[in-house]
Amino acid sequence: MLLLARYAESIFWMARYIERAENLARLIDVNASFARDDLTGGHNWDAIVRLNADEEQFSERYPRATPRAVVYFYTLDAENPTSIISSIASARENARALRPLISTEMWTHINMLHNRLKDMPAGPDHTLDVAKYCEIVKLGCQAHAGITEGTFYRDQGWYFYQIGKFLERADQVTRLLDVKYHALLPRVDDVGSPQDISQWNALLRSAAGYHAFRRVHPRTMTPRIVAEFMIRNNQFPRSVRCCIGELANLVTQLIVSFRLSRGEDVAVLIDGARHELEEFSIDDIIDFGMHEYLDRVQRDVASISSAMASAYFHNDDGK
Amino acid sequence: MADDTDGINGYDPSGFYCEIVGGGPDLPAPSKAVQKRIRQLQETDLMARSKAAEQELYNLGITFTVYTEKTAIDRILPFDVIPRVISAKEWDLLEAGIKQRVAVLNTFIHDIYHERRCIKDGIIPAHLVLGNKNYRESMIGLDPPGGVYVHICGTDLVRGSDGILRVLEDNARTPSGVSYVVENRHMMMRAFSDMAEDIGIRPVDDYGAKLHAALHDVAPEGVDDPQVVLLSPGVFNSAYFEHIFIAREMGVPLVEGRDLVIEEDKVYMRTTRGLAPVHVIYRRIDDDFLDPLAFREDSLLGVPGIMQAYAKGNVTLANAIGTGVADDKAIYAYMPRLIKYYFDEEAIIPNVETNICGEPEGLQYTLDNLKDLVVKPVGESGGYGIVIGPKASQDELDDIRAKLKDDPANFISQPMVSLSVCPTLIDGALEPRHVDLRPFCLTGKDSWVLPGGLTRVALKRGSIVVNSSQGGGSKDTWVLSE
Repeated sequence: MLLLARYAESIFWMARYIERAENLARLIDVNASFARDDLTGGHNWDAIVRLNADEEQFSERYPRATPRAVVYFYTLDAENPTSIISSIASARENARALRPLISTEMWTHINMLHNRLKDMPAGPDHTLDVAKYCEIVKLGCQAHAGITEGTFYRDQGWYFYQIGKFLERADQVTRLLDVKYHALLPRVDDVGSPQDISQWNALLRSAAGYHAFRRVHPRTMTPRIVAEFMIRNNQFPRSVRCCIGELANLVTQLIVSFRLSRGEDVAVLIDGARHELEEFSIDDIIDFGMHEYLDRVQRDVASISSAMASAYFHNDDGK
Repeated sequence: MADDTDGINGYDPSGFYCEIVGGGPDLPAPSKAVQKRIRQLQETDLMARSKAAEQELYNLGITFTVYTEKTAIDRILPFDVIPRVISAKEWDLLEAGIKQRVAVLNTFIHDIYHERRCIKDGIIPAHLVLGNKNYRESMIGLDPPGGVYVHICGTDLVRGSDGILRVLEDNARTPSGVSYVVENRHMMMRAFSDMAEDIGIRPVDDYGAKLHAALHDVAPEGVDDPQVVLLSPGVFNSAYFEHIFIAREMGVPLVEGRDLVIEEDKVYMRTTRGLAPVHVIYRRIDDDFLDPLAFREDSLLGVPGIMQAYAKGNVTLANAIGTGVADDKAIYAYMPRLIKYYFDEEAIIPNVETNICGEPEGLQYTLDNLKDLVVKPVGESGGYGIVIGPKASQDELDDIRAKLKDDPANFISQPMVSLSVCPTLIDGALEPRHVDLRPFCLTGKDSWVLPGGLTRVALKRGSIVVNSSQGGGSKDTWVLSE
């Protein structure tokens, strides 16, 4: 069965935007709990603004990174292209173009989620129930994943969806870790303090990895072990390695089962990224520099994304 | 027996023919069972169920989109819960009449782009055809695959107080509304399944399969397994939902102009595997915008070179190019004569009586009875330039009189039709509201009429304007099985 290149691109991006919205909701939710514990408040929210390199855009519109301003900027601010509402709106716009292809349930759900968020009272001065909002977004994105799993026909489109999802997830995990790793690297006198531990807890929780981490490491929690878990664990569904592994399988399926051999270039890039993940120990990564390493993974993700575009989305040469 | 009576408690059709309770002793209702069911349902909370149904339409995205400068607003076509009912006997007649009408449209269009017998034999004035803005010279001598021009036709019907359905207009370009026919039925069965219990209604949900079969029939010669696509202007088109609906029902890709490319006069679509051939296009883009090389060069929606591919017989376009010449008001007036001329038959469904002002007797009658007639300019659509005699001021009448004398061939006139009504839920009570009917006919090797059609209802009291842009809604249309 043939798939329009434009549809493939829309599926890929729909999945990415939903994954992005969910990750952001997780991050903000956890950060809101953080901020309540920390009387000075400020620095955690600054870190979030750095997550997407949004400092410039943010500071143009808001004088200070107050919790309320940052929360609004990333939740309901439709003028911020990296806000949750913007991601959900972009997912919906892609879904709208995909309505001939996706299940009615997928469209109906995404449309209702968008309508619900869009109709919420909003504004920089409006106090938002952050936990509740993030809950709606998380549950909405998870329901989307469940509906997709249960209703989306498993032809090529399904694979483009999954590739978009895992690519975005790998990207988001590196961003989360990048921002937090530096903000949370312990000052000498904080090591092992309750606050230090609680911050690492929160980081794991925002990636839904806290309990799994505890099962693997019941007694210790150091930045090194947490980073290793989030990058290299091959059973944690949000680890970079898990995501890249999934990508490798998915692209192979496209090439083999659907005879879409144009994906060879994509497969080469993914194999390279996977190879590094398997070869580099966490100590190698720390020696190399955590930020530099995560930055490198993000660049890999970007290259894979553009290779997908030239292999499948904009491949106008020949028949 | 109380259960076998006509009428609905508290409902008065105010002297109009009513699609549910009939038009008096000589014009019986189509079904007593449906009336009984409506009486029973009056006991329940119709309003709450009706609101729930409309919310569902919104959630499902069964909407048309209204664009303002800043925002896009998705609106549903208001849905009325009381169905419109057509008896099996009347449907048989309508079905035959619509097929006859579509057959003559196809014959006529073929004729005007080939021999032009109807002009040579003086049946229709040459200028009405050759001077028509929808006449396409590029179609002269071109033979579309299967000989079909109008694959999809929507025929607008209205019923007067005499109980007779008449054709008001043929839609032979890209008639819309069929998605509402099917979705309204789904909605009705979900929200009001009790209303239809034990009443045999003909199904409407195989429209997509029938359309695919018809398009399959008319694939270019030598193509056994044609790739069918639906060509849409895209998400910004107000009828985008309908395009989605039809593509989905047919199981074919919904493409936009940018997805298609012409190479060596053949049509391809861009897929993840590269370019793939396309053979049949159900296009929901007007002629003007279809090919910037052949028609409007500023069109960004179309596919450059597609007209050339069509002329070479490499692709089927449905509907064909240049069908608009057959469905405008000027040609409409001649339809009964064309049926007689080509088939030697009377029109099974009559036209609304129409005076052709280009002919001396038609003009004289129009001038003599201006106050009782509706005068329509033939080149306009969307209601522009229409003068409704009974409602016009003296100035307006004087003005149209002058125009008629100046350029009589540009006008037709018709009597006011007192449109039939149907009980409609207004603020919790059933009130009469005027309705029309648009059945859909598909033509490949044969013609098939979807049993039912779009019933549009003017929700404003007394209004006869059923358009969605002017306060119109729609109803489920039930064709009874027996």
